[in-house]
Amino acid sequence: MGTWHDYLKAAGTPPEWPYPIKYGEETEVETDVLVLGGGIAGCWAAISAARNGVKVALFEKGDVRRSGAGGPGCDHWCNVPANPLSRVDPDEWAIEMINALGDYSNGIGIEIQCREDYDTLLEMEQMGGKIRDDKDEFVGAEGRDPETKLMFSPRYGAKAGYGAHPDWRKPGFNPPEKRNNVVIRIWGSTFKPILKRECKKLGVQIFDRVMATSLLNENGKQGARVVGATGINGRTGEFIIARAKATIIATAGSGQLWNIDMEHGGYSYMYSRNENGDGSVMAFKAGATITMREGSHPFGIASGLKHKWYTGGGDASYENVPIVDANNVKLDLVTQGWADAGAMNSPDLLQAVRDGVESGKFELPMFGDFAGMKPEESNATWNLMLNEESTTKIMVKTMTEGGFDHTRDQIMNYSFIEMQSPPQYYDAPRGGGILHDWNLKTTLDGLYAAGTAVFSPEDHSFAASTGRYAGRKAAAYAKTVELGEVCREQIAKEKERVLAPAMRSEGIEWKELHNGLCRVMQYYVSQYKTERLYNLALEEIARIEENAVPQLYALDPHKLMRSLETLSAIESAKIIIYAQKERKLSSPKLGINRLDYPEPDEEELKKYLLMHLENDEVVFERIPIRFWGNMKEQYEAHNQDYTGVYKG
Amino acid sequence: MADKVFALPNVQTPSVPVKINPDKCIGCNTCVETCQIDVFIPNPKKGAPPIILHAEECWYCGCCATDCPTPGAMEFNWPLPLKPRWRNKETGVVSQLK
Repeated sequence: MGTWHDYLKAAGTPPEWPYPIKYGEETEVETDVLVLGGGIAGCWAAISAARNGVKVALFEKGDVRRSGAGGPGCDHWCNVPANPLSRVDPDEWAIEMINALGDYSNGIGIEIQCREDYDTLLEMEQMGGKIRDDKDEFVGAEGRDPETKLMFSPRYGAKAGYGAHPDWRKPGFNPPEKRNNVVIRIWGSTFKPILKRECKKLGVQIFDRVMATSLLNENGKQGARVVGATGINGRTGEFIIARAKATIIATAGSGQLWNIDMEHGGYSYMYSRNENGDGSVMAFKAGATITMREGSHPFGIASGLKHKWYTGGGDASYENVPIVDANNVKLDLVTQGWADAGAMNSPDLLQAVRDGVESGKFELPMFGDFAGMKPEESNATWNLMLNEESTTKIMVKTMTEGGFDHTRDQIMNYSFIEMQSPPQYYDAPRGGGILHDWNLKTTLDGLYAAGTAVFSPEDHSFAASTGRYAGRKAAAYAKTVELGEVCREQIAKEKERVLAPAMRSEGIEWKELHNGLCRVMQYYVSQYKTERLYNLALEEIARIEENAVPQLYALDPHKLMRSLETLSAIESAKIIIYAQKERKLSSPKLGINRLDYPEPDEEELKKYLLMHLENDEVVFERIPIRFWGNMKEQYEAHNQDYTGVYKG
Repeated sequence: MADKVFALPNVQTPSVPVKINPDKCIGCNTCVETCQIDVFIPNPKKGAPPIILHAEECWYCGCCATDCPTPGAMEFNWPLPLKPRWRNKETGVVSQLK
């Protein structure tokens, strides 16, 4: 019951589109700060801007209540070195983190996270988010502080980053009195509805189901100040024009550019289809500088027509769960747990297990051995971490109802059955994003960025703290300027572009277009890369744009939204290819394996590759890695007026 | 008399990310508003269960079932290849979610 054909059978006719169709209609909004994207970063940006006394409007493609990667929940508040039980200095920890993340990390964002993450978490608690074990459900679990009832995670316990500490196999490694205490376990499934409630309380004008489609430049000139944005409602097709003194891009990273099966994308991929990287493309088209778009990597954690990440024992967030083989022989792997200070497995550890499978040392299948754990740890992993982390919450519920008992059972692990991904399956460079300064301002006046929209972003709490920071910086700017002049010609052109697929009822639908693009990426931009392959890719994309795009049709506003995402994905693909072509080198770190330029070119690798549009032509520039300067000094110079936790 | 048979394209796969119990669902449409990708549309009949329209776009986040305010109205339904498997450590018996 509940399917479309059930309805058809009962009613004798298909349901009519349930929302009013408003193609051609417009709504115009004027605001001080406009936030694009209502996920974790966007909500925090909106709340922070509103608390700083300006009028805020927000576009969200889904519904702010549960949208974004953090909509279902989150189990770790990472990089909280300013918490009272931390054993590290926030500024020193920020440096350790960027060293651990390596070249191309985002030192500005990491410093903001390290400085303000704890304040952000306390504000979450003020709003009603659960951050402590106040009901004493996890007494006895390691990392639980009896006084504050905060629960620390083993992650980053002995050092920054996910790699294993060189001493992790030594007896007495990682004793409680030496742990860094920089990652806090949280009840993140409570957060998103609270953020929406707070936005409403503060009078944020929320436009749910509205996808941002373009930025508006002052007088329509690419590279000029951003003075607003356009959007389309994915239920009604209504076109929204927002004029704003400042705009914050808080949209998601791009994904699924190599993932050819749109029927199964949702069940094997880590992110929802809504997360398409539209923001980065919009910023680029408006003339903003973006960077780190040249990277791409074989499918790893985000899967790719394999099991949905998190559903196999031993996937991420299975802290402390040892993996055993079919005969209960423990594998020589780290467990992201106390014993190894939260380390994740490295390629050599995983390869040793694969070798063991082939030699007969280990027998398939493997299992995540919940039953073999100390009961308090098994309880904390199952009922706190997995019950609060994103898409695992529903897994805990359904498996528990289905008879799984974490004190008795072991969850099957799939990674060693599925083995490695086919080499042509890559993932878009999620590290690619918008360049910004110490105010999280982009290279365009009036445009700010936060969360996954920035270059080299990190996790949930990075999104929260950078969103909160961008909100207050954008609010401060908005107080100093007037609304800028939009260009009616630019708006009319955008409206025509956006509505074009809805004006057609035959041709090529979005899934076929998306899959055609993915085939280009699989064939020409995957394991082996050469100038010839890149050129073939660009030629083929040009043919797609010439022949297929004019046939793109959408039968309703929802399909129109998906169609526009696919057009945006085409732009993302071109950006990736342009950037990789420009980097005439090979680099495992960037995931570029150019057969025609096999050498790394160390000098070139010490720079970020920046790109922006001038008169629609791509312009490349380079700046040194760590361009942000002394992080402590820069942070302090830019935040002398910072007042800490919100006091109402 | 047999039910009317319509000429339909193949059913999208997967097609039933959640099972809705029509006897319990009150048609409040919380799930319609909760789903970030509009898997559901409201039923034209007020108070009737929503219609699963974009089943294949579901990313199995589970928010609809988690936030459903009516106990027993909505059951999450993993597609067959995604149904989790586990083993009783003592007996060695492997089970799978039904």
